[in-house]
Amino acid sequence: MPSPATTTPARPPRRRPAGAGAGAGWAAAGVVPVAFLLVFFAWPVAAMLWRGVAGVDAAGDPTGALDLNAFAEVLGRERTWRILGQTLGMAAAGTVASVALGLPAAFVLHRRAFPGRKLLRAVVLVPFVLPTVVVGVAFRALLAPGGPFGWTGLDQTTAAVVLAMVFFNVSVVVRQVGALWSALDSRQAEAARTLGASPARAFRTVTLPQLAPALAGAAALVFLFCASAFGIVQTLGRPGYGTLESEIWVQTAVYLDLRTAAVFSTLQLAVVLAAVALSGVTAARARRALRLGTAPLRPLTRADALPAAATALTGALVLAPLAALVIRSFRSPEGWGLRNYALLATSPGTGFAGGVTPLEALEQSARTALDATVLTLAVSVPLALLLTRPFRSGAARTAQRALDGALLLPLGVSAVTVGFGFVVSLRVQVPELAASGALVPIAQAVVAVPLAVRALVPVLAAVDPRLREAARTLGAGPARVLATVDGPFLLRGVGLAAGFAFAVSLGEFGATSFLAAADRPTLPVLIARLLGRPGADNYGMALAAATVLAVLSAGVMLACERLRPREAGSGGI
Amino acid sequence: MSRPVRIRTGLAALSLAALALTGCSVSAPSGGSASSTAGSSPAAGAASGSGSSAPAQDKGTVTILTHDSFALPDDLIARFEQESGYTLVTTAPGDAGAVVNQVLLSKDAPVADGVYGVEDHSAHRLVGQEAVAPFTPADLPASAQDLVVGDAMTPVDRGQVCFNTDPAWFEENGVAEPTDLDQLREPQYAELTAVTSPVTSSPGLALLAATTAEYGEDGWQGWWRDLLEGGAKVDASWSDAYAVDFSGGEGKGEFPIVLSYSSSPAFAPETAVLEDSCTPQVEYAGVLAGAENPEGAQAFVEFMLTEDVQAAIPDTMYMYPVDDAVALPAEWEQNAPLVEDPITPDPAAFDARREELLKEWTALAEEVQGS
Amino acid sequence: MDTHTAGRRPAHHQDDDAPRPRGAALRLRGVAVAYPDGSVPVTRADLDVAPGEIVALVGASGSGKSTVLRGIAGLEDVVAGTVEIDGTEVSGAAGGRPVPVHRRGVGLVFQDGQLFPHRTVARNVVYGLEAAGWGRVRRRARVAELLELVGLTELAGRPVRTLSGGQAQRVALARSLAPAPRVLLLDEPLSALDADLRARLARQIRAVLQAEGTSAVVVTHDADEAAVMADRTVRMGEGGVLDDAGR
Repeated sequence: MPSPATTTPARPPRRRPAGAGAGAGWAAAGVVPVAFLLVFFAWPVAAMLWRGVAGVDAAGDPTGALDLNAFAEVLGRERTWRILGQTLGMAAAGTVASVALGLPAAFVLHRRAFPGRKLLRAVVLVPFVLPTVVVGVAFRALLAPGGPFGWTGLDQTTAAVVLAMVFFNVSVVVRQVGALWSALDSRQAEAARTLGASPARAFRTVTLPQLAPALAGAAALVFLFCASAFGIVQTLGRPGYGTLESEIWVQTAVYLDLRTAAVFSTLQLAVVLAAVALSGVTAARARRALRLGTAPLRPLTRADALPAAATALTGALVLAPLAALVIRSFRSPEGWGLRNYALLATSPGTGFAGGVTPLEALEQSARTALDATVLTLAVSVPLALLLTRPFRSGAARTAQRALDGALLLPLGVSAVTVGFGFVVSLRVQVPELAASGALVPIAQAVVAVPLAVRALVPVLAAVDPRLREAARTLGAGPARVLATVDGPFLLRGVGLAAGFAFAVSLGEFGATSFLAAADRPTLPVLIARLLGRPGADNYGMALAAATVLAVLSAGVMLACERLRPREAGSGGI
Repeated sequence: MSRPVRIRTGLAALSLAALALTGCSVSAPSGGSASSTAGSSPAAGAASGSGSSAPAQDKGTVTILTHDSFALPDDLIARFEQESGYTLVTTAPGDAGAVVNQVLLSKDAPVADGVYGVEDHSAHRLVGQEAVAPFTPADLPASAQDLVVGDAMTPVDRGQVCFNTDPAWFEENGVAEPTDLDQLREPQYAELTAVTSPVTSSPGLALLAATTAEYGEDGWQGWWRDLLEGGAKVDASWSDAYAVDFSGGEGKGEFPIVLSYSSSPAFAPETAVLEDSCTPQVEYAGVLAGAENPEGAQAFVEFMLTEDVQAAIPDTMYMYPVDDAVALPAEWEQNAPLVEDPITPDPAAFDARREELLKEWTALAEEVQGS
Repeated sequence: MDTHTAGRRPAHHQDDDAPRPRGAALRLRGVAVAYPDGSVPVTRADLDVAPGEIVALVGASGSGKSTVLRGIAGLEDVVAGTVEIDGTEVSGAAGGRPVPVHRRGVGLVFQDGQLFPHRTVARNVVYGLEAAGWGRVRRRARVAELLELVGLTELAGRPVRTLSGGQAQRVALARSLAPAPRVLLLDEPLSALDADLRARLARQIRAVLQAEGTSAVVVTHDADEAAVMADRTVRMGEGGVLDDAGR
């Protein structure tokens, strides 16, 4: 029953509201996806944390009591707070820079027409799905002393790490903000202009507040990615500039000191929860009836010089490392040519006779990604529907918001914690599953679900609730409304979500390297291995394979662009 | 104890549902790919094992935890399955360090029967924590006798971590090549040197062990301080150092001295090994305590010491066979022989102080780099 | 604010053995409608619509006209009073569940049409017939009949995005009429159109409703429009409407 709060002091006993029964149905629909996340995310993480805080007696046997001594000890160290500060500082800088560059790029790529716009949109997305090991090498090749940008002196500085964070994450801002912006009714900003507001003022006072929900959501995502960045911090940073994530890795993987790791994991969890809560509050405050329409694309003009310049800068930041990667992939000991690419199909790498060829690894990657995509959709579609239902009861809406926030956790919690958590929970309890190789797509799905849900939710949220009401007054029951009103929107969103899931899974490295069988590596894992061995052919093949991966990801993204919902606006009149 | 059983049943059901969703692709890797020989699906493994004639006797599956560099030719694995009657399944959680951690984390409920790829000092830790069961193959090669750890860890292959140099760079720039480890602490050479972090990379850890052996308890910090203050580059991983920063590597970087392996010149003949800096690494195999199939794991350990596997190790895993009676490939003989008389720390003593030394090194590096 | 009505709610019609004079397609008694946030914008509404009658509900904006319609359709919660459609109580007054929106047999024409953007004109009109499980042949005939009635036969295959405002509202009208609702509710159906078109469309709506013999409630804020479209006008004020015509 809804809360009895009311403006009328003496009202008759409340009747059952219409549609109260539907809530139970939706709760049931949420059971499977939530169970999936509990088993394959919450349980492994909790198992890891529990090992860090469970008390043991002198003989090392568990006492069943909590032992929080490590907290006092670790939190008492000055170094702990320096690491926390470094993490927050780098993540904040990465987030601010990503938003500062992503916002104008979202405008130019989603509101302005110019040749190559669609291609550029897809290219901006590529870094997001590239394995960090490849990006690390590509970035360092640019910045290292002697590289094309060696003169900047940025190699192994905090600035380089922040640049790489922007490289990876600017697409999140472009996509999320751009999607909303392209559907925003431009007449309100035009009204502000007629009231004497300058373009800047109209943007600040009308457009920006309208974009705030998407902006808050994107910023939170970027912050989580930056705060849990590992590979780029390791590769591009230098000792002394550790983050919570790299410290968790060191404590877990190097020292196997789970007590200290649990303290850092808890700190990380606190940071993640704070970021999620902050974003939730901002988004809720900014949530208002948006007037969505179909804004016509205007050609790029001189008036757009400022955002165009910012977009060009973003494009350059994204393209430079990619270009370095691609160009270098055509160089082999025999000079320029396609030799590295020819080797992909035939050679498992120099002195690597027992391994698989990159082509075989690609096949394995594609197969795994397909599985991960199916799993991701099976979990994300019910979740996205659940999150966008216009529930009438306050409790249901609170549950919706909680679920929405909780969904972000897999993006912010250390991959090391999750990976080792899989070992101490799933591997031990369900060895059959571990041996089947199914853990790899499952782990990838856990990472892809939050992103897929975030691709679906805006599309479904854009369905005018009155469309569903119209369907109901025409005699359509709940199932028919879902199929005939939400369905067509969902189909377009599903294409996008599937593309995201597939591409993310193709490029996923952290969890996969943890769980993949040695003899069945995915392409990113094989690339990392090739880079880890001497020999000109190995290096060339690694770069060629990374190029193939990048092109494939861009292709998937380009296809998804075509599936973007065009009519996800008002009633169409 | 009905509850754990129920939980397991529930999990199995959920896993089945997940598997059903993923279709057939996970459970049936394509037969054409090389990966299916030791594929994690027992069916696939058995199928490829029965190529010519049926196995002597089907004795089930043996699961081996390996580092991610494990690779052997298909026909060798097929022969193992054929002759032993076991189906080989391997899982690789990451590098050698991840393997050790996984063994220790699941000590009470081992998820595998055997382990391969453990480095010398970690071998002592596994023996000390009784995570491995006593077993030594009967026909151990003579050169492996002295390397056995605690009658439980069997040496399979070995290598050496050494500084590599780019002689062409030194010739071009008119600088004399360094000839011993101690020279690297001089500012002239320190600024030309790229090393890897002992915390994040295995060659870095070997170098730390070597410097503690060479300079003693109170001397190693001085060497590292001189090196770092002199401008040496500290990279996170071998590929960062070798492929990006080393002037003799693929990235044509700025540093003509890099921490790598004695085997590297086999693939980069124009580079050289700084012989005085070499320190050994040995990789071990063993049977896990409490394994479901200890006999299978024992058969695997014995298999790794057979002549054919030993001969295949340089080409597939970049290490030298532990059996020195087995011939090396020609380019190894010529460009990358093992160095005589390397710096040899005591693995057991180093492992006992490993964490302490790493934390001391981290503090030192953070102090120098932060200033 | 009338609490007395709720206090002595009329006996439920099913318990009432006396034959009730047929004569109300829609009967509201003491209806209060609440929003999900708990506020009650309509505290008392009484209304009678005879079969085939078209009643206009007029009043200042914010007086709760649209809310009454949404309460009748079941889109908002009716927290007091009774709503009878063709003699059947649908708002759950007896303590049972309210009849769900899609089983009330009530059509609603929205202010801005709310046509399904992914469907063509004909596929919009056929929507309610699909939901009601009509056969293909009958559906086709009914759609053709309605499109002819609203004069849009030649636009049957057009995507709805290409329609003008007036065309869209006529499609919305045809769509709501197709399943032959027991009562049709029209929520400011003309307010989004320009003046010239409004006058013409108002006459056409009346003609179409009369041709179909549909009982209807039209909400508007324009008394002239009300006069053109409806048989009778009822005023709405201060959270309620009092209509004595049916008593």
